[in-house]
Amino acid sequence: MYSSQIAEHIANPRNVGELENPSAIGDVTNEVCLDRIRLTARFDGDELADAKVKANGCPPTIAAASVLTELIIGRSVQELRSLTRKDVADALGRLPPAKMHCAVLAIDALRAVIDDLKR
Amino acid sequence: MKVYLDNSATTAMAPEVIEAMLPYFSQEMGNAQSVHSFGQRAKAAVEKARREVAALINAAPAEIVFVSGGTEADNGAIRGISEAHRDRGNHIITTRIEHPAVLATCEALEGAGFRITYLPVSRDGLVDIDDVRRAITNETILISIMLANNETGTIQPIEEIASVVAEARARGLDRLHLHTDAVQAVAKIPIDVRRLGVDLLSLSAHKFHGPKGIGALYVRKGTRLAKLLYGGHHERDRRAGTENVPGIVGLGRAAEMARTQLDQRMVRMRELREYLEHQVMSRIANVRMNGDSERRVPNISNLSFNGVDGESLLIALDLKGIAVSTGSACASGSLEPSHVLQALGLTREEVRGSLRFSLSAYTNQEEIDYAVSVLQETVTRLREMAPVDEMDHVQFPDSRAHREPAERGRA
Repeated sequence: MYSSQIAEHIANPRNVGELENPSAIGDVTNEVCLDRIRLTARFDGDELADAKVKANGCPPTIAAASVLTELIIGRSVQELRSLTRKDVADALGRLPPAKMHCAVLAIDALRAVIDDLKR
Repeated sequence: MKVYLDNSATTAMAPEVIEAMLPYFSQEMGNAQSVHSFGQRAKAAVEKARREVAALINAAPAEIVFVSGGTEADNGAIRGISEAHRDRGNHIITTRIEHPAVLATCEALEGAGFRITYLPVSRDGLVDIDDVRRAITNETILISIMLANNETGTIQPIEEIASVVAEARARGLDRLHLHTDAVQAVAKIPIDVRRLGVDLLSLSAHKFHGPKGIGALYVRKGTRLAKLLYGGHHERDRRAGTENVPGIVGLGRAAEMARTQLDQRMVRMRELREYLEHQVMSRIANVRMNGDSERRVPNISNLSFNGVDGESLLIALDLKGIAVSTGSACASGSLEPSHVLQALGLTREEVRGSLRFSLSAYTNQEEIDYAVSVLQETVTRLREMAPVDEMDHVQFPDSRAHREPAERGRA
């Protein structure tokens, strides 16, 4: 039903936790299914130097949160802005169409971090 | 280690069942309708199996109709009664917690001019007898209520419902019939169709170590039921089609084993289930049991793990070789959370964190120990991974079910 990449992220989620003194926080909830992703990030100038994530929800949400951290660490703000849900879905192999909202939630968390950084 | 705790979905076939079936795939290949010796030996095997299935539920062999499984039995009972008796009424009573084989059949009948009452259940998952009594009208031709629920294992008071049916018949409502879907109850609790007082009962072989693709519909003698399939004169003219001889033989052997071993299986499954629940409750915080703790089949345990998504738990357990099922949305791809747990009035969080563990006659303690230890580790890991802040103390909106029966369909 789910790709091996999703299963692998469930078994070994990456960068789980919460940074102390983060530069920015993105905390988003899907009000329909209650899935939630909380992303904390530390920026070094324009570069996202470190990120930690916490997530609660179905397997694709946890996997999307986990893979998101791999996609964003070391990237510039401009590069982060160009990341899309498709990048998240592609990184997870196959994502069932009905589960695309999980990749959307991960991107929402990233956008919330960027918005928080601007403040 | 591989631990299969999803026996309410399906079971492994007993070696004795496989052995009994094997000759009927090759050297005993006869068509049970044939006059020659091959056919007659097949017919004898079918009739022996019919006696075994009848003995398991205290029916007469002539009251057993072999079908392809639980879904066909449920469809056949409901459609068969509604077609044969629609000149006398167009109202059917069922519950909100039935298997889709019953619910979808009823919904299809709504489109064909029937009115369906979907009875609510209590927090424990039980139907209220007074709700049944109140729902009966002069148009009611069928009540279809499951014996044991497939998600919680809760056993419905079918005997009491049969008394209500008997009262209504005594008042002159002689077209009223009672069907029970006993797919999850057969071979888990003693079943006596005479004591239960039902007219129709569905059962399926693969839920009790028999083969898939075979089941039976008990039809009480004298019950007028539309044919399940048109064609030849098989199954006393109730269901046409060449008999699935290997499947029927397998069902018969599984029924015989279930009958002769029922007491020991029940004790064993109940002890292991209680052990599982005790271990889980004592080692993991914030777990609740769903359904009625007493009135339930001995092999099912439905538990909600607060703060965790059931499907993520299921996948994480599966990666460690443990198979369970969940009422959480999206499992099975439906994106709809369990209609049964919602009908019990569970909160969204409770439905979301639900797992069903279902044991079999062959489950052992070592398997339970492994499952509990992986479960503890997994729940802890997923809970630690979840974001925690003041929001988590806010109660989510409660989706408690309405207590009023829902009615749909044309009057």
